[in-house]
Amino acid sequence: MSEEKLVQTGTSRVKRGMAEMLKGGVIMDVVDAEQARIAEDAGAVAVMALERVPADIRAQGGVARMSDPEMISEIQRSVSIPVMAKVRIGHFVEAQILQSLGVDYIDESEVLTPADYTHHIDKWNFTIPFVCGATNLGEALRRVNEGAAMIRSKGEAGTGDVSNATTHMRSISDEIRRLSSMREDELYVAAKELQAPYDLVKEVATTGKLPVVLFTAGGIATPADAAMMMQLGADGVFVGSGIFKSANPARRAAAIVKSVTFFDDAKVLAEQSRGLGEAMVGINVSDIPAPHRLAERGW
Amino acid sequence: MKIGVLALQGDVREHIASLGDCGVSARSVKTRDDIDSIDALIIPGGESTTIAKLARAFGVFDLIKARIGSGMPTYGSCAGMILIADQILDGGPDQEILGGIDVQVRRNAFGRQVDSFETDLSFAGIGGTTFRAVFIRAPWVESVGAGVEVLASFNGHPVAIRQGHLLATSFHPELTGDNRIHRFFVDQLCKESSKVRL
Repeated sequence: MSEEKLVQTGTSRVKRGMAEMLKGGVIMDVVDAEQARIAEDAGAVAVMALERVPADIRAQGGVARMSDPEMISEIQRSVSIPVMAKVRIGHFVEAQILQSLGVDYIDESEVLTPADYTHHIDKWNFTIPFVCGATNLGEALRRVNEGAAMIRSKGEAGTGDVSNATTHMRSISDEIRRLSSMREDELYVAAKELQAPYDLVKEVATTGKLPVVLFTAGGIATPADAAMMMQLGADGVFVGSGIFKSANPARRAAAIVKSVTFFDDAKVLAEQSRGLGEAMVGINVSDIPAPHRLAERGW
Repeated sequence: MKIGVLALQGDVREHIASLGDCGVSARSVKTRDDIDSIDALIIPGGESTTIAKLARAFGVFDLIKARIGSGMPTYGSCAGMILIADQILDGGPDQEILGGIDVQVRRNAFGRQVDSFETDLSFAGIGGTTFRAVFIRAPWVESVGAGVEVLASFNGHPVAIRQGHLLATSFHPELTGDNRIHRFFVDQLCKESSKVRL
């Protein structure tokens, strides 16, 4: 009997466990090795390697795709913390490519232009874990059912407007609380209404939480934004454009990291919010015409 | 005996739950006052560079280091193992560690996430059958000094070690629901040290 037979990679526990290790941390969007090093120095738990941050994707328009493998590899060489990268919704070949590069987590992301308007990627087919966006509990559980090992609320990426992230976090936790208070025979209808598998709905009702780690993303620009998401029940935060589109990225990045750890201590938050310089300028989500809202991508 | 779980970053809840299964009510600790109030500490899995930076920024780094040096029972899993090793290989830029166990630990030694795995290990001193060990971007022990006891190895590399009041594992027992290693920490390291103090 060889020892190798007993070794299992890519199990749910290994995939979901990786997300557990990121809890209480900040994952930062970076577009090159220099930004990645700034993020690592600031205490990021991981970086998300992409060619354009969401604010630029929004400003420049066009089709947004997986980043150049050369750019991702360069970032992998430049930092020792985990490196994540994004694929288009449904683009399983981009995911195969990222897996071959050895990225640590794949984000099947609405920030890029979807490749399939019907199907998401069958994530069980991969050794690498996936994180997916969700605006509500039903969407989160559909992604978990497809194999997502981590969920992030979507928010509205690239705006610096935190209001959608708030809505999505509140929606997910409200629906979890509602399930927890239901009689067992009511869960069948709840599953139908959530358009989610009954087994996952029952699991959430029993445990009172998602089966996977829940981060927040989309529009987080300040230490206070990050701390509010943590107080609303997030396990950690993704910060996209909010850091490197601000006046002093290194300082803001470190301040957001500290604010996620001390999210419930207003004195620390006040100290961390002091003198950070200009935050990213931002766009009000309500000024963006509905067809251009990224959170509405995915189903 | 009050046991704290360092709650700067990482899978704190899982360690508190594992201790709870052993009948120990543990608290999460992150400030100087918190650290002063405990008799034993668990440093959880997480990102070791982040935990070290936060410990430094919030003024608990030297305090924890001093407590470890003066005999506080401490258990580190994964990132925690890196932090309580005396030497680290493949660390982040200028990565600080607390030190304590006379070993050299190689960070991310088993590779990236694609190489993360679970397997059954023999673990000395916990009784029963093998232990299901979950390794996530895990470190291994490259070399051990005299006085360090190797409790488990995988493919020739020590992955669980003990030196007196200090225990470290490359893997994450807190993710498996098997609390034998937490019980070992409580029964063998914490209780032993409180006897010494009496």
